[in-house]
Amino acid sequence: MEVNSYRPVDHCFDEMMRTRTAPRAAYQKVREWLAAADPASLDLRRREAEILFMRIGVTFAVYGEGGDPERIIPFDIIPRVINGREWDLIARGLEQRVRALNQFLVDVYSKCEILHAGVIDTDLVLRNPAFLPEMNGFTPAGGVFTHVAGIDMVRVGEDEFYVLEDNARTPSGVSYMLEDREIMMRLFPDLMAAHKVAPVEHYPTELLTTLKSVAPSSGGADPTVVVLTPGMYNSAYYEHTYLADRMGVELVEGQDLFVDENRVYMRTTRGPQQVDVIYRRIDDDFLDPLTFNPNSTLGVAGLIGAVRAGHVTLANAPGAGVCDDKSVYIHVPEMIEFYLGEKPILKNVPTYRCGREADRAYVLDHLDELVVKEVRGSGGYGMLVGPHATKAEQAAFAERIKADPDEYIAQPTLALSTSPTFVDQGIAPRHIDLRPFVLMGAKGVSIVPGGLTRVALREGSLVVNSSQGGGTKDTWVLLEEPC
Amino acid sequence: MDISIHHTTRYSYATPATHTVQHLRLTARDNAGQRIARWRVIGNGRDDLPVHTDAFGNIVRTLTMSDPHHELVVEVVGEVRTEDHAGILKGVDETMPAAMFSRTTALTAADNAIRDLATPIAPAVTKDAVDAAHQLMNRVRDAVAYVTGETDSDTTAAAALAAGAGVCQDHAHVMITAARLLGFPARYVSGYLAGEEVGEIYEASHAWAELFIDGLGWVGFDAANRVCPNERYVRIGCGLDYRGAAPIIGIRRGAGAESLTVEVAAMPMGEQNQSQDRRDLSERPNSS
Repeated sequence: MEVNSYRPVDHCFDEMMRTRTAPRAAYQKVREWLAAADPASLDLRRREAEILFMRIGVTFAVYGEGGDPERIIPFDIIPRVINGREWDLIARGLEQRVRALNQFLVDVYSKCEILHAGVIDTDLVLRNPAFLPEMNGFTPAGGVFTHVAGIDMVRVGEDEFYVLEDNARTPSGVSYMLEDREIMMRLFPDLMAAHKVAPVEHYPTELLTTLKSVAPSSGGADPTVVVLTPGMYNSAYYEHTYLADRMGVELVEGQDLFVDENRVYMRTTRGPQQVDVIYRRIDDDFLDPLTFNPNSTLGVAGLIGAVRAGHVTLANAPGAGVCDDKSVYIHVPEMIEFYLGEKPILKNVPTYRCGREADRAYVLDHLDELVVKEVRGSGGYGMLVGPHATKAEQAAFAERIKADPDEYIAQPTLALSTSPTFVDQGIAPRHIDLRPFVLMGAKGVSIVPGGLTRVALREGSLVVNSSQGGGTKDTWVLLEEPC
Repeated sequence: MDISIHHTTRYSYATPATHTVQHLRLTARDNAGQRIARWRVIGNGRDDLPVHTDAFGNIVRTLTMSDPHHELVVEVVGEVRTEDHAGILKGVDETMPAAMFSRTTALTAADNAIRDLATPIAPAVTKDAVDAAHQLMNRVRDAVAYVTGETDSDTTAAAALAAGAGVCQDHAHVMITAARLLGFPARYVSGYLAGEEVGEIYEASHAWAELFIDGLGWVGFDAANRVCPNERYVRIGCGLDYRGAAPIIGIRRGAGAESLTVEVAAMPMGEQNQSQDRRDLSERPNSS
């Protein structure tokens, strides 16, 4: 299929086409480029990109599958383009949302004002498995819990952006955002030169600045930052090495660190060196066997004591997960109003809680049109996309909901926007989402323009997760519309 | 009552440990029922161990040993003046909404047997919560005999009830689990229990439960002894379960077999301090 015969999917917002035949201004030049390129050369470039990803070593482990555990995430050579006006709206919405999420965390681990005010149900927060009682009474340096937040968004209309999910624990994917850009610059320098694309390559510098800004005062003018990884068997290990390398800091595992006098030290060839900020990519439960999972060997014994004593900063702060829990998600608009006194800029998807009887009855009656998710699931595992499921799959899911209603939420199936994607049949519309990465330090919020665009490569599919066969695209925020 | 406490925990290793980190939740604080006259926590001879306050308001000292060591000694020396407040806890700066203590934990997960233990009391809860809590305390004690050596610090409430035997830690866990089922926020408390007469020594590192009762606040229930804490009790710390309030929790690297001796003497003081008894006990809280 050539670009001239590209047709948007009915009832879906298409990022490239304003009407069936007229392109949107931001995609003008991309479309011209696609029209001029012959499919064989595009295919050649796609294979080149694959080889580059393999050579660099950008791979991704997929859980629960046989076969090659290390494989590359498919990369689509057609960029996703966002114009400056759209990005301004998204960026303002993201900053507002992350500020509210962060304030919520500061609040529920100290004064609990939003609970006392009755805005959010006390039990929903304090009895939530993602709430860490061990962090109560603790406010991290600079009042920052969510140093790095990945906010999963989708678009359904010209100015209609929905947040599907907040990721405030250890969101991953930013290395793909950076590598996708590098590959695009290598493969299509002319196309890039024809556009004014906002740069993203300063992300590691911004991240390091953010991390240093929340160092304890004992860290002095040049605090020591490390990246803490669970190790090479983690699916995002490549990203851990990548970020440590780009920031110019040490990549460490738990066994490389130890606690002495409530301070954290790294073993080096020149003796112990005190660590001020730990960008940890280990889940809360494994951080410290003295406070959390006693069987964990990935963490550092005594770490939480050092954190509470104020001698080291963990990013993100432990316990941040309670703000991105899917049952708490429902209340983010209320958080924005409560803490900031503002109207939410980005929309929340209406969400049914299966634990509520009326909601559950509705969900069970409308399984064929809803998306059902596990409250604590992630990665696109354990979900039902009603419109795409067979009757048997729906019936099986109904039984799971009935057996454990509190564990499920449901949302209407959104018509995710589509973007032109180079697939086996040629150039065709495929559904996409966007995960921007929002950094928050002691001096405020910063967002590298764009983020990671994920694309559901299967025709009609709405599941973009890489673990479910999704791919990625380079995401361009245009500083100027092409003329 | 004036109570003197001397509590020594000694770890000996067959081959040296190379690295040890321990959190010591061994520091009593003032409340309406207890005034701390003197309190020292000494870890391997040091009484200036670094300190932080944990999520439950417990004072935590951290003992780290980075050089090879054959032995570790933790000592607590204290003098406390206590008053009987019928188990009602006052004068504590609560750091968390009581509702948080309705969470369950691995050690306090309910099973059918604990539900059966709690259910008959449910009607009494709305009528007279204090009476219901006392009934529950007695039901727990009836169901779990005081027997040492049957359980350890990892024993769950459900397992202790199934065994029908345990020590104060187990009574506290069963009480907490059942109380939460009945709608009471409940928590685990660690502390010391002194003898009744001047000079009478109890080798008692102790544990009990606190239930949050509307109108009264936190009230202690010592199911092991079927009483609410009185002037013989010294309160140290609390948590959702034993793990959150554990007097000593640690990790070590290297070292072969470990042997442990614990000596606890909590006794009412007369004019003069008395000499201390010495006994070998398990590291677990114990009760009379």
